[in-house]
Amino acid sequence: MGGKTATKVGQSGLDKKTLLNFLHQMLLIRKFEDKAGELYARGKIAGFLHLYNGEEAVAVGAISALEPHDLVITHYRDHGHATARGLDVKRLMAELFGKATGVSKGHGGSMHFFDATLGFYGGWAIVGGHLPLAVGLGLASNYLRKNQVILCIFGDGGTNIGYFYESLNVAKLWNVPVVFLCENNLYGMGTALHRASAIREVYRKAAVFDIPAERVDGMDVLAMREATVKAVAHARGGGGPYFLEAMTYRFRGHSMADPILYRDKSEVEEWKQRDPIILFQQRLREEGVLTPQDLEQMERETDELVADAVKFAEESPEPPLSDLHEDIYANP
Amino acid sequence: MPMITYREALHHALREEMTRDERVLIFGEDVVAYGGAYGVTSGLAKDYGEKRVFDAPIAEGVIAGAAVGAAMGGLRPVAELMTINFALLAADQIINHAAKVMHMFGGQMSVPLVMRAVGGGGAQLASTHSQSLESMFAHVPGLKVVTPATPADGKGLLKSAIRDDDPVLFIEHALLYRVRGEVPEGEHLVALGKAEVKREGKDITLVAYSRMTLVALQAADLLSQEGIEAEVVDLRSLRPLDMETVLASVRKTHRALTVEEAWRSYGIGAEIASRIQEEAFDDLDAPIRRVSGVEVPLPYAKNLEQAAIPDAQRIMKAVKEVLARTGG
Repeated sequence: MGGKTATKVGQSGLDKKTLLNFLHQMLLIRKFEDKAGELYARGKIAGFLHLYNGEEAVAVGAISALEPHDLVITHYRDHGHATARGLDVKRLMAELFGKATGVSKGHGGSMHFFDATLGFYGGWAIVGGHLPLAVGLGLASNYLRKNQVILCIFGDGGTNIGYFYESLNVAKLWNVPVVFLCENNLYGMGTALHRASAIREVYRKAAVFDIPAERVDGMDVLAMREATVKAVAHARGGGGPYFLEAMTYRFRGHSMADPILYRDKSEVEEWKQRDPIILFQQRLREEGVLTPQDLEQMERETDELVADAVKFAEESPEPPLSDLHEDIYANP
Repeated sequence: MPMITYREALHHALREEMTRDERVLIFGEDVVAYGGAYGVTSGLAKDYGEKRVFDAPIAEGVIAGAAVGAAMGGLRPVAELMTINFALLAADQIINHAAKVMHMFGGQMSVPLVMRAVGGGGAQLASTHSQSLESMFAHVPGLKVVTPATPADGKGLLKSAIRDDDPVLFIEHALLYRVRGEVPEGEHLVALGKAEVKREGKDITLVAYSRMTLVALQAADLLSQEGIEAEVVDLRSLRPLDMETVLASVRKTHRALTVEEAWRSYGIGAEIASRIQEEAFDDLDAPIRRVSGVEVPLPYAKNLEQAAIPDAQRIMKAVKEVLARTGG
């Protein structure tokens, strides 16, 4: 399990505005996901829907360590990462609704969010398949001297496939500026980590490639930020890849179709005691950074953002049927 | 025009494109010291530096995936997968990623990349190193699949493929590297998706691609001695597919025979035959026939392997059967 003592908010070196923004982002992600789950149940959203509840601190802490010109490439549970990167939740919700105004024009859905202008390079749904892409993006960063770091996020379920080992090997060989971030939520869909991986400490799998690797408390947004700041500096400084294993937990099922038969309710309840949003709120309050009024205002703002997103998605047009044949080739 | 080999023509294309555009780089299996399994990249690392030409481990998944990522990052990679058989290990990246980026993310980004691989049999390499798997990849929207038969087309198509903004699977043929042909020096481009009539004739259209184009031409020369004039259309690209050139030829000859080294079922010949009957049924004087590879894994033994791959004799026999159906 993850780290022991949470970093004191006051020792983080972050100003009040930044700290409150972390909480704001985590709340927004949570509310967005809850609303999406509700709309899925009502038939407004189709396909697969993988919610990020419980893992918010990982996205918010890690992505806060990036510069605007850096890139994020992630797996299919991508709503939280996209929101933390600053993608417009209106266009995210519209994508879930399959509308023309969605971030991927309604072509991708939940698993394939993308916004090139914000350096958010997907949303990929073949487990482990985007790790080689991160290596290629890192290669381009080095070759074109972009000084760009690529944050590549994947789950524990993505660390048993060949791509994982091929990518870590080549990342080290080619010295690419990639921060590999494993969100270890202990389950690959419904299969527990210990049933799928001979090694339970995922970060040790990276260590054999001589890539610096460490485990972080993924329920602690400041610990996530601190570790990622260090990893990003390493990669940007020419040190090559870095590996982080964030210990986290998803509070809901793998997808909306998941009856969650594979884990004990007591285990879920235990992890909910470490809800990253509640923990962070408590710490901010204890150290006098957050007042009840601040929190109330933040709750209201994030509720409004989600309500506006739903309204925008509802009112947006479907893609025109002519769009069926668009975007297959750049040079048809 | 100088006579050079298919290998040299491909080499020239790479060299010219690397000189023209600094974003072009080559990585893959054995491209540096070995110079490419078939010698195409020989000397390029020395002349352009190992920052632009570098080896990758034998790990096709990460080679292909890194090519997709590099293209998304602003480069124009030419990835060497060595053979089309090994492209199966990269098929996920090729089909699920390279072919999808443009569409799945709403047209925000295309992936200008070329993956080079050798296909075909005839070198006694047995069943896992001799396959013709082009139809599998040509099946996929979002990909472009190119199969040059001659040195000139090899050069012109490779240069166009590198300049193209979409992912191109560039399939060379194992037995063509030493074949010589006239190749224009310097700027010589062959557009993707354009077939070519390689030989004119009035009696029947032979539709072929890759090495089978040369075998079809050989058959056509022999048939000519018997008074039969076959027109040979070289598809050159399988996707996009230039049916206009094929249909124009069929409307002239009224008969068609497809020739492919690949297996018959669900193949390129099946696709061409189907499209001809959809578009030009009334122009046909006889049913379309297919000459294809025998549907077996390719054996090692020379006589067995040769029996599995179409040759001029089989093409001639099939041509005569088509002509017999129409009573001249």
